[in-house]
Amino acid sequence: MAVPKILGIETEYGVTLRGAADPNPVVASSLLINGYVEQRRVGWDFEDETPGRDARGFARDGAQPPEVETHLVNAVLTNGARYYVDHAHPEYSTPECSDPLQTVIYDKAGERILARSMEAARRLLPAGQEIVVYKNNSDGKGNSYGCHENYLVDRNVPFALLVRNLIPWFITRQVFTGSGKVGSENGADACDYQISQRADFFEEEVGLETTLKRPIVNTRDEPHADPQKYRRLHVIVGDANLCEVSTFLKCGTTSIVLSMIEDGFIDKDLSVSAPVSAIKTVSHDPTCRATVDVAALGSCTAIEVQWEFLRLARKYADEYGLEAAGGDEIGAVVLDRWEQTLSALERDPAELDGQLDWITKWNLLRAYVDRDGLEWNDPKLELLAVQYHDVRPDRSLYERLVRNGKVERMVDEATVIAAMGDPPESTRAYFRGMCLTRWPDSVVAANWDSLVLDVGSDPLRRIPMMEPMRGSKVHVAQLFDEVSTPRQLVDRLTAS
Amino acid sequence: MPERERKQKPAPEKREEVVEEAHAGSERGEKLKEDIDDLLDEIDSVLEDNAEEFVRNYVQKGGE
Repeated sequence: MAVPKILGIETEYGVTLRGAADPNPVVASSLLINGYVEQRRVGWDFEDETPGRDARGFARDGAQPPEVETHLVNAVLTNGARYYVDHAHPEYSTPECSDPLQTVIYDKAGERILARSMEAARRLLPAGQEIVVYKNNSDGKGNSYGCHENYLVDRNVPFALLVRNLIPWFITRQVFTGSGKVGSENGADACDYQISQRADFFEEEVGLETTLKRPIVNTRDEPHADPQKYRRLHVIVGDANLCEVSTFLKCGTTSIVLSMIEDGFIDKDLSVSAPVSAIKTVSHDPTCRATVDVAALGSCTAIEVQWEFLRLARKYADEYGLEAAGGDEIGAVVLDRWEQTLSALERDPAELDGQLDWITKWNLLRAYVDRDGLEWNDPKLELLAVQYHDVRPDRSLYERLVRNGKVERMVDEATVIAAMGDPPESTRAYFRGMCLTRWPDSVVAANWDSLVLDVGSDPLRRIPMMEPMRGSKVHVAQLFDEVSTPRQLVDRLTAS
Repeated sequence: MPERERKQKPAPEKREEVVEEAHAGSERGEKLKEDIDDLLDEIDSVLEDNAEEFVRNYVQKGGE
């Protein structure tokens, strides 16, 4: 049987430091994280003075950015997330979630954390300098940074079986997971606008790399859980999404497809010919009519392949249920939403304005093309396309559309704000988050699959967390009620 | 997962709205165009100043 699809999303944000003579993205990323963690520690109070800032709008002479520790900036937050510097980007990894809607909440909470971080960093920087982050995946000049999904998968499933089914899945799911991009990159054929930010960067079918010669299926084998039982499928082919419907569909449908693969339910050979070029063919056609060659179906569109996956998924739901994919209730929402999305894409993609990122952005850009008579290579369109992903609430064009009621939300903002501090209750992230909330000074180290506590005397105690479903509120809430110190916690855990 | 999250359902399909729009008269069309114009005006007011310079300066290091 398929194992529960515990999942999470890691996002590398684009980062710029404005107003500095020699902007260093590693320093900027470190400032964001240190600023956030420090503000969080002392409490959020943005009413304080900003010493570096002059109301007249100029900088003090010789003002320098603060000295920061830039190596090993790695914070684990009370919501169970990890927030750190990866390469030259700030990266937020959601805590382990147990269904796609919860993942939407924690992914959105990440955006709010980055927004707070920019506020906090602003107060650390000299006047005239500002750090701005973007939730996108490319700078339009051939540099890409990732948004990776991670799913818990049964170790017993042969990896070749995953590869065979996932390649067609990843090539065709772009029609709802894409965040849209002006033009092409990395030597791909020219186009005005394409569905995915990432498709141009994929050069191999399968491999271990993530930074060059990127593969459609990544083979990184680092389960962060019991390696005898589990695999963590590391999906590097997706786009960072702002639209909640996009994230929901991306995670919900992929969870179901993985469950089907684990249960040997996909009985057709949906292999796509020449996958590396096919992924670009699909991305480069916003009408969604381009065709690829599929072993069992012949020449067909990405949407037609998706209908085949959906047909199998409905049958799978009837026969096996969707308990493994986040539960029957949410699974049913995923299936219906998936079907509505494919129907609308077939009629006219523009109908999905406000639901899918690539279409919402495309419609905005087309409105500018119409109003201002712009050519697609006009810098203004590229500016609009980047600023759509700006994470500052007052500058983000995506947020502007939300405020104007143009974008559908699936979760309420109060839930998102709560998720900045509170962990999911249904996975081991709850245990991690509770320890960090209650005994921040005693948590010496926290990782995905372990936690090291200082219990007040030698030695430090390491608590393994190899089962992603254990440590949930149901498992440990009573335990936390009954102990008041880390030592008591460790004693209780080792006694049982 | 908390109850409050479970209870949330996606909003009704966009499709219904679109069908309705198709039956609406040109007055509705005018209104939609005005809405879009207003929205673009609002976006103009928050858009970065110099598009060319912004685009030139938006350079990232590769990641992952």
